Amino acid sequence: MNASNQPAAKQRAAVIETRGLTKVYSAGTEAEVVALKDVGVRIARGDFVAIMGPSGSGKSTLMNLIGCLDTPTSGTYHCDGVDVSTLDAEELARLRLDKIGFVFQGFNLLPRMSALENVAMPLGYAQVAVAERKRMAEEALAAVGLSERGAHRPSELSGGQQQRVAIARALINRPPILLADEPTGALDSRTGEEILALFKRLRDEDHTVVLITHDAEVAAHADRILVMHDGELHEQGAHETGVPA
Amino acid sequence: MTFADILRTAIFSLRGNWMRSALTSLGVIIGIAAVIVMVSVGQGTQAEIDKMVSGLGSNRLDVSPGAGRGGGGVRMSSSSFFTLSEGDVDAIRNEMPEVQYVAGALRGGSQIVYAENNVSTSWQGVQSDFFVINGWEVADGALFEPQDYSSAAKVVILGDSVRRELFGDDSGIGQTIRIGRVPFTVSATLKAKGQGGFGQDQDDVVMVPLETARRRLMGSMGLPPGAVMQIALTVTDAKDLTYAQTELEALLRQRHKIGPGDEDDISVRNISEIVATRTQTTRLMSLLLGAVATISLIVGGIGIMNIMLVSVTERIREIGLRMAVGAGPSDVQKQFLAEAMLISLIGGALGIVIGIAGALLVGKFGALPVALNGRVIGLAAGFSVATGLFFGYYPARKASQLDPIEALRQQ
Repeated sequence: MNASNQPAAKQRAAVIETRGLTKVYSAGTEAEVVALKDVGVRIARGDFVAIMGPSGSGKSTLMNLIGCLDTPTSGTYHCDGVDVSTLDAEELARLRLDKIGFVFQGFNLLPRMSALENVAMPLGYAQVAVAERKRMAEEALAAVGLSERGAHRPSELSGGQQQRVAIARALINRPPILLADEPTGALDSRTGEEILALFKRLRDEDHTVVLITHDAEVAAHADRILVMHDGELHEQGAHETGVPA
Repeated sequence: MTFADILRTAIFSLRGNWMRSALTSLGVIIGIAAVIVMVSVGQGTQAEIDKMVSGLGSNRLDVSPGAGRGGGGVRMSSSSFFTLSEGDVDAIRNEMPEVQYVAGALRGGSQIVYAENNVSTSWQGVQSDFFVINGWEVADGALFEPQDYSSAAKVVILGDSVRRELFGDDSGIGQTIRIGRVPFTVSATLKAKGQGGFGQDQDDVVMVPLETARRRLMGSMGLPPGAVMQIALTVTDAKDLTYAQTELEALLRQRHKIGPGDEDDISVRNISEIVATRTQTTRLMSLLLGAVATISLIVGGIGIMNIMLVSVTERIREIGLRMAVGAGPSDVQKQFLAEAMLISLIGGALGIVIGIAGALLVGKFGALPVALNGRVIGLAAGFSVATGLFFGYYPARKASQLDPIEALRQQ
């Protein structure tokens, strides 16, 4: 079964649209691994989608492709209308800058920079004027409720606060897609809930949130759940709660 | 990223490990300082040689008595001390058309006295071409008249140092001074030449006519008639110098009746032989310093490359993160190259300061002349840029080619 063409997602513009996406590692050798098989998925603006699956199921491969960190062996991926498959490393980087905000399990904040500097870091690559950067970073920190913590180093912040700084950084260039890889994996359950609540709020503000997790409880917060299994992607219909307005 | 961004990020990264950055740039500091010292000593020595050549003339030959030849000094024995004569000078003038000027000279040392001033200097008894051959110019007064030479007049021309010793600010023209016990009238003073190629004071000398010197100053040395101690000549065209040297030796051998296979009783030297010895020493010194500078720069550069490679490995997650948020390979490459360049440039700047200090010290306490100028500093700056670029390129390229997925996966 193919997960694309869900009726609920059809009305709005797709920000993620794949057709026949296939990724093969070490093609043509003994060690050939088909990590992704003919994946077709359509995710529209304002969706909050969870991609679930055990390790080795290919969900990391899918995340790397959706995140424009990698190109498929075959098939197409349109990221906010841009065909990714033909881009080189430099063009992929440009696309990530504009379209994708990454949130990682381990936060990936630079330890020697303040929260504000961490949030502002991607702006340098986007050629934003220096004066503008501080204002934008403060705004982004305020959006995740950390206005008071701008001058703190990551080591002076709690795990939940660090993850919120990371989310502010992911949002700083106003990308259409927020790609979160196990964002609650390093947090206790209460803090994790807070982060998931933040994602829901962002969804309501018309961000597209793609959550990669192996945890069914976490995935349950999403509006749509896609399950990876042996490189194939299936819609988990039972969890359908309808797409919010 | 803008240039300011790249620079800011590089400074930020280097400050995070400032001790390591400082130690890494030490290699460049030493290398660049060595370059500065090397080039300034090389240029100083070259300038000195040039000065010597232009002062003495590259179309000049010097004949002195005694067997043996070449730049290494002249073997002398008492029996062969007065083998040259005014007859030789005349023969050279008449029989060698390529010769422009020729003059014989006697020389000695004496006390020179004017009033209460007393100076010990050397005198030279000269023929009229002597002044033009040696590039002397008159400051005051006039050179000797022809009759001064023929009548052995008691007239003297003073070098600038002697004039200053005797007369202070006055020219002293027309005054009477004593050389030994003989009174002389000062007829001219010469323009200062300054220090010679070997560091001696060229102006500490007086000249009298040759005949005057022979009769009045040589004393009871028992000179053969018409003897001179040296003959200097110039050829019209410097291209003829080698030919003229051969010609001159043949002429003098014939005049001195030296049979084929017998040893010369005179030696002819040209300035290029003296310069050759000097240049050889300088070249050896430059080579040695150059080798030291090159090795230090290479070692310094390898230090930079090494530290940058370590840095790439250490910061692989940062690189992965930067790539994930939108840094392209070229951004990453520029960042790491900027760090290497910064280490190298800071090292270069400090190296230039230390190098200048070192060159000045060598000039002050060493036996070597130094010439510091913008070219030396420009060259050193160029070397430090080149070191940073060359040794920073590979680590930066390596960083830029990292796969962001792999980089992010590193712990």
